[in-house]
Amino acid sequence: MEKPAEKKKKKPSKSDSGSGSGFEFWKWAIASIIFRLILIYFPKNLNLASRPEISTPLTSLRRLAEGYWLKELSMSPYSGSMYHGSPLLLSILGPLTVKRLEGQPNHLLCSLVSVIADSISAMLIHGIGQRLQGAYCRNLRSLGLWEPFEGALPSGDLAALVYLWNPFTIVTCVGYNTSPIENLFVLLSLYGACTGLAPVAAFGWVVATHLSLYPAVLIIPIILLLAYGLDAPPRKLFLQKLSQKAGSDSSSDGHPESVEAQSTPFSLRPVLIFTFWSLLWATYILVLCGISLKMSGSLWEMFERTYGFILTVKDLSPNIGVLWYFFAEVFEFFRNFFLIVCHANILFMILPLAIRLYHRPCFLAFVYMAISSILKSYPSVGDSALYLALLALFANELAEMQFSFFLFCGYVGVSVLSPVMHNLWIWRGTGNANFYFATAMAYACFQVVLVVESVSSMLNHDRRIRKLSTSTKA
Amino acid sequence: MIMDVRLILLFLLLLFASESLANEEIVEKDEDFSEALLLRPLPDRKVLAHFHFQSRLPPTNLHGRHHHLFPKSIFQLVQKFHLREMELSFTQGRWNYERWGGYDPIASSNAKPPGVELWAVFDVPQHQVDAHWKNLTHALSGLFCASINFLEHSTTYATPEWSFRSSGGNLKYGTLPREAVCTENLTPWLKLLPCRDKAGLSALMNRPSIYRGYYHSQRLHLMSNEFDSNGLSSGIVLDQTLTIVLQPNILGTGGVFSSGSTLQPSWSLSSLFGRKVGGRCVLSKSSNVYVQLDQNLVSELQKVGKENEGSHHDISENFWSDPSFEMSVPPDKKIREVESLDSGGSSILYEFSVENYSDSKPFDLGFRWKVPLVWSCQQAPLSVSRYLMGSGNERGSIAISLKSNRMSHRMKNVDNNAGECWLRVDLFQVVPWYVKVYYHTLKIFIDEELQSMADTVEKIRVSPSEDKGLPGVMEMTLRLPCGVRSAALTLEFDKGFLHIDEYPPDANQGFDIPSAVVVFGDFETSMHLADDDSLNKIPLLSKLRDNNRVLAYTEVLLVPLTTPDFSMPYNVITITCTVFALYFGSLLNALRRRVGEERRLLKSKASKKTSQLSLLLPKLFAKLRRKSWEPPNQSSSSSSFNYKLIVKVLLVAGLAVVWQYYSS
Repeated sequence: MEKPAEKKKKKPSKSDSGSGSGFEFWKWAIASIIFRLILIYFPKNLNLASRPEISTPLTSLRRLAEGYWLKELSMSPYSGSMYHGSPLLLSILGPLTVKRLEGQPNHLLCSLVSVIADSISAMLIHGIGQRLQGAYCRNLRSLGLWEPFEGALPSGDLAALVYLWNPFTIVTCVGYNTSPIENLFVLLSLYGACTGLAPVAAFGWVVATHLSLYPAVLIIPIILLLAYGLDAPPRKLFLQKLSQKAGSDSSSDGHPESVEAQSTPFSLRPVLIFTFWSLLWATYILVLCGISLKMSGSLWEMFERTYGFILTVKDLSPNIGVLWYFFAEVFEFFRNFFLIVCHANILFMILPLAIRLYHRPCFLAFVYMAISSILKSYPSVGDSALYLALLALFANELAEMQFSFFLFCGYVGVSVLSPVMHNLWIWRGTGNANFYFATAMAYACFQVVLVVESVSSMLNHDRRIRKLSTSTKA
Repeated sequence: MIMDVRLILLFLLLLFASESLANEEIVEKDEDFSEALLLRPLPDRKVLAHFHFQSRLPPTNLHGRHHHLFPKSIFQLVQKFHLREMELSFTQGRWNYERWGGYDPIASSNAKPPGVELWAVFDVPQHQVDAHWKNLTHALSGLFCASINFLEHSTTYATPEWSFRSSGGNLKYGTLPREAVCTENLTPWLKLLPCRDKAGLSALMNRPSIYRGYYHSQRLHLMSNEFDSNGLSSGIVLDQTLTIVLQPNILGTGGVFSSGSTLQPSWSLSSLFGRKVGGRCVLSKSSNVYVQLDQNLVSELQKVGKENEGSHHDISENFWSDPSFEMSVPPDKKIREVESLDSGGSSILYEFSVENYSDSKPFDLGFRWKVPLVWSCQQAPLSVSRYLMGSGNERGSIAISLKSNRMSHRMKNVDNNAGECWLRVDLFQVVPWYVKVYYHTLKIFIDEELQSMADTVEKIRVSPSEDKGLPGVMEMTLRLPCGVRSAALTLEFDKGFLHIDEYPPDANQGFDIPSAVVVFGDFETSMHLADDDSLNKIPLLSKLRDNNRVLAYTEVLLVPLTTPDFSMPYNVITITCTVFALYFGSLLNALRRRVGEERRLLKSKASKKTSQLSLLLPKLFAKLRRKSWEPPNQSSSSSSFNYKLIVKVLLVAGLAVVWQYYSS
């Protein structure tokens, strides 16, 4: 996580200088994949698999192996409180956890799956970024504001490299868990929505929701993307521009119909297609789950053990979130109340953000992912890796973000201190739970500052565009 | 009529309390009680004392509901909870299988895990078993002054299917490894005896001396077939045993012998218990003391006897003497185990009847060694131990190691077909839920080589633990080659994190994993006594003659778990909520801020409002934004503002009333 901010600082010069940035990008991307392949060969998996920062009860492949073992004994994989993931992952990854290649580390096959998932994710980010970049330039040109924003960064390349070289992503990828796969489906749904492929978006959204529940909130950005198109400055500006143009062109009579034609109205059709496909995919996934659980469990048990486990925060083992210690300490009587409060904190923010940022659905998706990674019950650095990559997509818009150095230092500090405090508390017994919790708290605060600052600088960016467009108009 | 019998009983008791009457026939034929004490010198200079009391109750349908000897509370337990079989043991200390033996009837049925162990078989449909178990734990808890009611919760008990004892799912098994056992548990147990500890062998139970021992296990075993459908009921049999291992006081040990080995300590009932037996309990059918010399000791004695051939058994002065030891009281009977093909030798029982003794002439058996002897007890085929591996409070692994005791000559029951010889070992282990075992990490090593599951595990049943719901249960039948030297099982686990209320007061001491039970299914142990009616009448001997499965309990493991900070839940709650508030407030603020309009709004608002209160707010805002506060030009429109305020207040009040109405 030290890197993204670093990258933000470094990349500009690189891409500005080199016109062959495409070649440069592929070089770095392939290098990162080779780096991962080298890392997965390390014996004992570098012990990353058991780090609480990396694998949570939901994503740990060790628990998946236990679920698979139980399933092989024709018991329900959810019997016992070990496995809380999807039965489909169990069918796909389960055999890989037991299969051994001669003379290779045990976890090699699963890690290879993670590497593949990571590289596909990076390509998807690249695709999203290129489309966003195109839309950004187009919009500014159409507003006649290209000059002040000259020299835009290739945000697609940048974001993909941020994703690939982010230490958070690398440790998650090497750390023997399913986060890369969850991230892949989140990105797939965004990519589908950006390119207007409603079935792909629906598939990504359904699978991501099935795997980890929180991506369900992405339905709003996806629908906005499908209905209104990619991120753009507020629509009012275009209307003003158009009316102004119309006024200047034919001063006598405005053409309201031409204005309507040029602005992007809410198009219902892709949304309906998306809804249809979502329903289709959801039924498909449920049927598949039903089939894979036919012998040993039931769908209701699956919902109880996956979503129920996420929502009721049953596992109090330490992680980088704030909820585990909170629920370990809170009085039993208030537990349900605080469960509602914690989850409502995510839900309550959905509508205000959607109202304020509806013209920037991709950015909205970033904010939603960041919020859920702050407040989710079992967060890991894999979630941070995802939203940091999405953040890098908006490198141009957020160029004037405040506190970026402070945040960078904060991320570095927390990621150094958190393992130290964990070691002191759990392994050496000299520390105390409060020290570790303090780092988790600091981490949450930094994420909050990041979200708030990025939202306000995005709004400032819009303000600036409005100011400039009105000033040019004047 | 009952009253009459009781009166007669009381009368007779009063009349003949001091005198001992031979062949007294107060006790009705159908309901009986008998007591016995077995003493056995142990190889490590200690003495095993095993008290055995048996009460029998004939079937209710023949006998009615009133009894004279059988404890009413136990009868009511059986009636109420439809018990078929139950065993409750309170144990302190750990049975030392290497030194005290693991292959004799006493060890296999009286070596118990530390703390409380309770298992019961119910004669009710499956769905009622849990409810009956819960009620039973509460009843026993009240009866024995112990926290057996902690076994009520579903996280503490398990349902073994075949490894512990085969039963059709109606068996429940639970242990409390940390339960402290003391006199408060012994007193209610003694109350179940007709003579309590006032007379008979139980009078020996002097609290300081029996709790000074190395091992102390009081057990209550109950068997009933009251509820058999076929009506072939034999009533209720209640066995109460107390097994203690005591260290005799070493008073003036004989000099060191030429071989360098020291003499085993001599002991007597009065030196072991500090008391003597003042006659039998008058209500008991039989009242005997036995001294058992186990088979390895007997073969040692025979060796010694051959060396100094000349001297023979002779009764000199007060002592009944053997070449190597002497006893202060001549035994009434000497029972020798029938030699059988498989056993190495035969053990000897000396029987002493205490019927002829009384308070004025108490029975005090003294036992004195003449020659130093070294022998070892019979071992189970494999000795079992269990330990924890790993460090830190995050994860670890449990290892169960089995080491061969080189008893190849005993492997007779093993199936020998196709030239292969296998040794079957059943394993039953209950693990509390906060030790989250990964069963897929089960590894089996035989002679330090990793084996595949399919080769070594004949049968396995795993019921994984559920957080705050169920314990993890593993039942397994291992199939080991007969020539195995050592076998080991490892299982990895993660340590759970509990809510602060779930930690016991001494959380840093750690948590106990109850003993695992290892059953050697192919082996049965019994004393081969000659078929004799007189022997059958004595419950202790008939128990010794029964075939017992050879089983061993492993150590209790102590797992330290990480603790949160218990002292500051309020801090955690308030600080976390502050972070939530920071997130919510600052994000919402960022969303609703409008830079351009703010100033304009401020100005217009300020110009509108004149009241002091309404002035204060924008002033504060302005101060926060560090901008110069220009006082608004006074104008008059306070009436509309007041009107708005009143409407707002009314709205909130109305909402509150509606809320109150609907919530109540």
